[in-house]
Amino acid sequence: MAKHHIAFTVNGDPVEVLCETQQTLLDVLRDELELTGTKEGCGTGDCGACSVVVDGRLICSCLMLGVEANGKSVETIEGMGRGEELHPLQRKFLEHAALQCGICTPGFLVAAKALLDRNPNPTETEVRYWLAGNLCRCTGYDKIVRAVMDAAAEMRRA
Amino acid sequence: MQERVQNAEAAEFKVIGTRPIRPDGVDKVTGRARFGADYNLPGQLIGKVLRSPHPHARIKRIDTSKAEKLPGVKAIVTSADFPDQPSEFVPAGELLINYRDLVRNIMAREKVLYEGHAVAAVAATSASIAKQALKLIEVEYEVLPHVIDVDEAMRPDAPLLHEDMITAGVDPAPNTPSNIAKRVEFGRGDVAKGFAEADVIIEREFKTKPVHQGYIEPHACLANVSEDGQAELWVTTQGQWVVRAHCARLLGWDVSKIRVTATEIGGGFGGKTVVYLEPVALALAAKAKRPVKMVMTRDEVFRATGPTSGASMKVKIGAKRDGRITAAEALLKYQAGAFQGSPIGPGAMSAFAPYDLENVRTVGYDVVTNRPKVAAYRAPGAPISEFAVESVIDEVAKAIGMDPIDFRLKNAAKEGTRAAYGPKFGPIGLIECLEAAKAHPHWSAPLGPNQGRGAASGFWFNVGGETTVQLQLNEDGTFNLVAGTPDIGGLRASLCMMAAEELGIEPSRIRALIGDTASLGYNFLTGGSRSTFSGGMAVVEAARQVIAQACARAAKLWELPVDAVTFEDGKVKPAGDNAGKHEPLGFADLGRLAGKTGGPIVGNASITAHGAAPSFGVHIADVEVDPETGRISVLRYTAIQDAGRAIHPSYVEGQYQGGAAQGIGWALNEEYIYGEDGRLQNASFLDYRMPVASDLPMIDTVIIEVPNPRHPYGVRGVGETPIVPPLAAIANAVENATGLRFTELPMSPPRVLAAIEAARARGDKNLKV
Repeated sequence: MAKHHIAFTVNGDPVEVLCETQQTLLDVLRDELELTGTKEGCGTGDCGACSVVVDGRLICSCLMLGVEANGKSVETIEGMGRGEELHPLQRKFLEHAALQCGICTPGFLVAAKALLDRNPNPTETEVRYWLAGNLCRCTGYDKIVRAVMDAAAEMRRA
Repeated sequence: MQERVQNAEAAEFKVIGTRPIRPDGVDKVTGRARFGADYNLPGQLIGKVLRSPHPHARIKRIDTSKAEKLPGVKAIVTSADFPDQPSEFVPAGELLINYRDLVRNIMAREKVLYEGHAVAAVAATSASIAKQALKLIEVEYEVLPHVIDVDEAMRPDAPLLHEDMITAGVDPAPNTPSNIAKRVEFGRGDVAKGFAEADVIIEREFKTKPVHQGYIEPHACLANVSEDGQAELWVTTQGQWVVRAHCARLLGWDVSKIRVTATEIGGGFGGKTVVYLEPVALALAAKAKRPVKMVMTRDEVFRATGPTSGASMKVKIGAKRDGRITAAEALLKYQAGAFQGSPIGPGAMSAFAPYDLENVRTVGYDVVTNRPKVAAYRAPGAPISEFAVESVIDEVAKAIGMDPIDFRLKNAAKEGTRAAYGPKFGPIGLIECLEAAKAHPHWSAPLGPNQGRGAASGFWFNVGGETTVQLQLNEDGTFNLVAGTPDIGGLRASLCMMAAEELGIEPSRIRALIGDTASLGYNFLTGGSRSTFSGGMAVVEAARQVIAQACARAAKLWELPVDAVTFEDGKVKPAGDNAGKHEPLGFADLGRLAGKTGGPIVGNASITAHGAAPSFGVHIADVEVDPETGRISVLRYTAIQDAGRAIHPSYVEGQYQGGAAQGIGWALNEEYIYGEDGRLQNASFLDYRMPVASDLPMIDTVIIEVPNPRHPYGVRGVGETPIVPPLAAIANAVENATGLRFTELPMSPPRVLAAIEAARARGDKNLKV
């Protein structure tokens, strides 16, 4: 079957790709655009490792077809830092040792940023429920939750 | 809240015990770090595996001819592409592996032994063509009766997985085959006499379900093999040298032909100590003469890798009213999955390890069933047996009216105690952990209605093993540190810190890398809680070599004998009568001058690390049980454990917290659910319910430091022990909340609700909810 031509933006940059009908946005990002920061843990929308933001909405990129991204704006982990500086969430994840193996980290960061964009002052419970779609098997979430709360506090002061 | 109970001498350190940013951190928060599935090569093919739909069947015929003709298909392999292997056990992680079994596990030969068992594999120019090709492979099966449950598998009339399996460890050897691969026994004293002396005896039966390691990154690798047989493999693994050894053996290739690079690894927990895709990808690449990339789906990870054993157990403990245990006995039956090799050995050895016992006996059985072959999972075997033991310990304490921590203290193993499994313990921190638990505000905090509190101890052996580390002084005074054990949770940070402490420099002056199998001497894998322990030992030796070389070079420059110089605060200085006669030389000077003073300065430590010391822990859990739904919420959790010495406390805490979370999942929700048809029904993260952020509270930690005298910095392995106590700590808390003793895991809402309703129906006076 002929491939589909799709055009969208990734982290503000225009991109064009040819993709197969059944390829997910995750496949397109990883295999066609070589943006491998977005991870695949399950392919069924259960682990959140593939979290990206599409037109302002947090989604699992494994649950969206590549062709559906046509004309949309996609934000991934690769676009999170601002130039040479890390995003406060990235910095706080490092300071709090909120990652061990690091495979879930891009998804957590993208999801946490989407939370703080909406709610700059979340409670611990709000953080835990917002991030309940992201699985981490290493940390027990303690340091992740602390890092997100601390980043939120710092961003509120800024 | 995180606390440390330190000994005074720790204050002397400048780097050890601080919390620098890990050197690989930025790569991991920016998406730069490359994991198993992130590697690609030009012209690569995609490999996919055809898997058995049956839990047990004889393979009558495999016909790949139609698939071979599909345009885009470049290679197909079956068991015919792997030479058969003799039966021989070799170490694999903390377990043993038999190559006759392994060659059958990576690709079924005579029979398929579990649903998901690999039967054939295809490499094609795209994933969609590879998937299409799998559908064109014809496999004719003769379906056989299957057995899933361990007790059923032990019955004389059970379907046999291996027609020639004679139980080992039984004298005289049985005449007939069975599914029981092995019997083990540990213990000493006279158990019957001990029970006769007891005032109270409690005996209970327990069942646990297989649980998966649950690493978020599926197995993945990329293989490339040239026409002259030079092979390269990039793989997510806990041990690149171990992968190399297995692949060389299974393919009949020279070890030197295979170069393995460990990618960043997205969790392993023991599950990435063995091979599945790797030899298959190499075989496909050799056939196709093109690179082959293989990545498992999550469904494949559940059906065909890991998990750890489920078990059926009986534990009996007798004690005097004064709190002294007089006898203890355990019968443990562990499922191995399709091939022998459950963690019954370590499970049986660790069962009573936290106790000083005169009369103790543990008997264990390794039993095959039509399930995926188990792989190591964090403290393999110990959480299962210690769950049963720690549950009965709690009941005995209650029966004699003693505080459960006091009861444990009264019987606790300490330095000089002969462990139930044989050796005498050196300095260990169990008593310190129990005392910290008793003194912790958590232990005495008030509880509300439907709430309960439980505690449990845990033990793990820890291992050492072959380790090579290289420390290279660069020409500007910075260092490269090359280690060979994959860094899963902050290893590079810890190794840099130990090197920096020795060299008297900032850790940020050292760049740590994980080397491939061609760049360093052999390294055993990251497992057995060994990488900071063994790697640290090697790093210290390598750093001391660097310092010795630095002193020799400075002495040469100053025309002094070597013993007339000294190393202090990162600098070589003239000593004694010559003190102050020359400007001290730092590593920047020595690096710059290295070529002129004798050549590059490199420390290379290749050791077999001995002296690994066990780590004990004690966890306290508070739960609330919802009597309407049976749901158990964990309200508060404290993990206390002896680290020997915490090199980077944040990553030690992280091990305590992560292990606790995995144990909580095991206790409350995780299980492999099989249908009557022998097929797994919950092979997804939606239905295999691991804890998410909203399931857990903060996990408080207390780091106890009773240094390991055989490590230069006192390190004990810390990674595995934390998964041991949670199962019983939660069960004991649930008993405290409900008055009901749960002896079957997981304590999932339907099971808890049914137990509460049954207790209500029979008018159980113990019921508290």
